[in-house]
Amino acid sequence: MPLNWKTGGLLLGLVFFLAVWLVKPIGVSTQFVILDGILWDAVNPELVTQTADGYTSTNDYLAKSGGKYAKSVADPLNYSFVFVLAMALGGLVSARLRGGIARADRSVHALWRANFGDSPVKRYAAAFLGGFIVLYGARLAGGCTSGHMMSGMMQTALSGYIFAAGAFVAAIPVSLLLFKKEA
Amino acid sequence: MTTILLAIVIGAAFGAVLDRIGASNPAYIGKMLNLTNLNLAKAILLAIGTGSVLMFGGQAAGLVDVGHMSVKAAYAGVFLGGLLLGAGWALAGYCPGTGVVAAASGRIDALFFIAGGLLGAAAYMVTYPAWKASGLLDSIAGGKVTLGAVPGAEYEGLTALPGDLLGIFLGLCFIALAFALPERLVPQKAAAQPAA
Repeated sequence: MPLNWKTGGLLLGLVFFLAVWLVKPIGVSTQFVILDGILWDAVNPELVTQTADGYTSTNDYLAKSGGKYAKSVADPLNYSFVFVLAMALGGLVSARLRGGIARADRSVHALWRANFGDSPVKRYAAAFLGGFIVLYGARLAGGCTSGHMMSGMMQTALSGYIFAAGAFVAAIPVSLLLFKKEA
Repeated sequence: MTTILLAIVIGAAFGAVLDRIGASNPAYIGKMLNLTNLNLAKAILLAIGTGSVLMFGGQAAGLVDVGHMSVKAAYAGVFLGGLLLGAGWALAGYCPGTGVVAAASGRIDALFFIAGGLLGAAAYMVTYPAWKASGLLDSIAGGKVTLGAVPGAEYEGLTALPGDLLGIFLGLCFIALAFALPERLVPQKAAAQPAA
């Protein structure tokens, strides 16, 4: 059972506040680009190169804004990348401490089973396709649920409100259409 | 070194809290988005409100440095990208952060989500020039703006309202909305009837 929403919401708000107080607002989706860059650069070392005053890339996206993404690819031991690795660690420890995820839910969650049956292949295909659309959209928008919706709206950023409107305008109808049966 | 240590501490806390509130459970996300269990939405609204009140209250009290704010630009692609992310979020039950946490907590479908995500991000990296040329990434309404100008911050205000007071006010609105939102919005279906 998840935490009561009042406790959970307060704790989550505290984490977002601590981040902006001590360092900077939380964001995640950029790090998918950084990991792609690291993998791509391992195959093709020409991708990211050092310049007189920083880094640049043969890929326009990594080279934009003075090569800040190119720099992160060249030096992944930076705040934002380590932050996402630490999130995984926090999630792992937290899940272990509460007894882990039920075996049946690890590949196909209950709501999916109630609507689409228990074929893992179907579920994996949907998760893969969903992941593709989510990250393509997040990069087009310049942020995701963490960076735009939570951090953005918390700072009263106009972009955060525009993003949240788009996300829910699509997410709610799609979900109503997909998940008609309750678990 | 200090920043790396902070990344580990705050990142781990964020991952643990996402796990505990059910945000990395795709069934719980599905129940939020099909409006049958809004407890997670209430937690998110409360979190945004709490963060906002603490941040702007802290700024007013001189405890929080406005220089730590980081506001993203507004452009048409933000809405378009939001639509895409929303559709994928509903289908997969994961967003980028919760997908990472879910995979680490032992969910196998989340590994497929991350693989798809890496491919999607790579697809954006190679198609970026076309988006750039389309003009959909050009700033609208002043680009990097907050709803009101925050004293001392580098961002313009969309309105002439004082940004710090507006931030505290909107934070309180988010908290009120968290309490006002019902636990479900679509009515409970009656028990299934056998086919006639």
